[in-house]
Amino acid sequence: MNPASNPALRESHLFDRRTIAEIQRAAAEGIYDIRGFGAKRHVPHFDDLLFLGASVSRYPLEGYRERCGTEVTLGARHARQPIELKIPITIAGMSFGALSGPAKEALGRAASEVGTSTTTGDGGMTPEERGHSKHLVYQLLPSRYGMNPDDLRRADAIEVVVGQGAKPGGGGMLLGHKISDRVARMRDLPMGIDQRSACRHPDWTGPDDLEIKIQELREITDWQVPIYVKVGATRTYYDVQLAVKAGADVVVVDGMQGGTAATQDVFIEHVGIPTLPAIPLAVQALKELGMHRKVQLIVSGGIRSGADVAKAMALGADAVSIGVAALIALGDNAPEHDEGYRAIGSAAGYYDDYQAGRDPSGISTQDPELAARFDPVKGGRRLANYLRVLTLEAQTLARACGKSHLHNLEPEDLVALTIEAAAMARVPLAGTNWIPGQGSF
Amino acid sequence: MSTTTEIEVVDLSLTPLRELNQRLHDLAGADGPRSWRITNPSGAHNIACGLDADIDVVVEGHAGYYCAGMNKQARVRITGTAGQGVAENMMSGRVTVDGNASQAAGATAHGGLLHVRGDASSRCGISLKGAAIVVEGSIGHMSAFMAQTGTIVVCGDAGDALGDSMYEAHIYVRGAVAGLGADCIEKELRDVHRAELGGLLAEAGVAGVDVADFKRYGSARNLYTFKIDNTY
Repeated sequence: MNPASNPALRESHLFDRRTIAEIQRAAAEGIYDIRGFGAKRHVPHFDDLLFLGASVSRYPLEGYRERCGTEVTLGARHARQPIELKIPITIAGMSFGALSGPAKEALGRAASEVGTSTTTGDGGMTPEERGHSKHLVYQLLPSRYGMNPDDLRRADAIEVVVGQGAKPGGGGMLLGHKISDRVARMRDLPMGIDQRSACRHPDWTGPDDLEIKIQELREITDWQVPIYVKVGATRTYYDVQLAVKAGADVVVVDGMQGGTAATQDVFIEHVGIPTLPAIPLAVQALKELGMHRKVQLIVSGGIRSGADVAKAMALGADAVSIGVAALIALGDNAPEHDEGYRAIGSAAGYYDDYQAGRDPSGISTQDPELAARFDPVKGGRRLANYLRVLTLEAQTLARACGKSHLHNLEPEDLVALTIEAAAMARVPLAGTNWIPGQGSF
Repeated sequence: MSTTTEIEVVDLSLTPLRELNQRLHDLAGADGPRSWRITNPSGAHNIACGLDADIDVVVEGHAGYYCAGMNKQARVRITGTAGQGVAENMMSGRVTVDGNASQAAGATAHGGLLHVRGDASSRCGISLKGAAIVVEGSIGHMSAFMAQTGTIVVCGDAGDALGDSMYEAHIYVRGAVAGLGADCIEKELRDVHRAELGGLLAEAGVAGVDVADFKRYGSARNLYTFKIDNTY
């Protein structure tokens, strides 16, 4: 009998069907669930904030003719050549290895088309990616796969990755079926083995070492390019202050909703804090040091729309970064691949097994046949379109608040729909002047 | 290219580090002095990092962190001790430490030879990616952690957890090993290994050491395929 047709059957809130299925899976397989994508649980997010558009007391800008700037300069603190982006929406680090070569190329094509940056990932820099990316951020990760001084000097910025939102305190894993000959060579590893990425950097420990490490990177690159420090959002206030103290030009804070190619589900869902509270913590840390807007703050983790972009910036971010949303724009989880997703036990809209290398869309795979399904030119165009839409949407909201630049958005433009969001974002609950945790009720 | 035999002397008590490194970097694919002496290093960090030229650099004294980091081609010699991460991520060339080296010596190095005449501290050759490391003294704990490829030769003893989670690097230790890390085992020393070991000792100029006295350590390869029984 179809359970849906019997209203007397009651599903447990505690042991819902997914929970029951996971217990059954764990009992059968004896191993935790590893997957990609980001946190799927509900946490307070930008959806819980609203903008206060202009009215009598504020003056709006015309949406169709009055300028609303979007450009951003990153890394002017120490770098001789800061990064100048046309839009404040960057592409997050995703490795060649996790993604196919054509998918990496598409990210570069899209970013270059709209005047933003893309980022390498835990697997080194590929010539395709460098060639197609006007602004390329080169990550220095604990594994140091493919790290070399030539690529370092070819980069437009360097990002020291301390952690990522999906798994602060965790390393990485690239399962053997994604270690093709080329990936193995780039990482100096045997082919076909399960490759682990360390969770700690091999040659520095703590903020004082980090300061010297950053100085080394500057010396090697003759102080030309900006150096970012990326952290997963946990003790964000302290992490940001220590990153600034260590000399970072840019701090990247990745909330717990940030995506990953392969991590334990329990890690993705239960470690780190959401993006929403991480931003005010980071901004507070920067302001107390007198470094807000001097050291730029890039925020990532759950950016989906221009509203998310505008809200992150209103809370004090200088730019945002997207990962999962960029993959979706390329064609990940697209309905046209639904049959392929179903053939491997998933469905369009649900696919998260990026680690498996069997991606029907050809994006998160090293299988040449699957990768050939993905057209980097078309994919790049879709992502460029999406980036333009994010920008236009954010501009629309900024103009409604009377702002001639996205950077002029401010917390005063926001209210919260829930007490939780009000407390985390440090903006008033809508209809009140109450910010929980600040002042009296 | 100039082959001048004159030695360029830079006194780090008078010259800013930035100026020294820039002058050394400017030699990449260009003419200039091929032999350098750095005096009064006084433990400064990041001396001669990022070099990419066929030159000789002698650091007369003690160096701080990351001396000769990411080196290419150059032969860098430190007459005193070296701080953390000497020759980290070296690509080619040769780095010699006459004294002792601190933690993470030769970390992630891809190529070239790191020769430590004294001891090297913990995490020597961590995440090694192809370079050769020859230590005449002993090495500290967690050395060769996750070492991928390359060779580590230790004429003295090795600390605890040697070769933890290592891949295909070759480790040769002449003295005692305090303990092996996860998935690291002793392996048979065959002729091919004796040849490799003898060759590296000769290249480093280490005399009076018999290759037959060494034991070889490598990966049991049980961690190569992820399975839950491998969690410790």
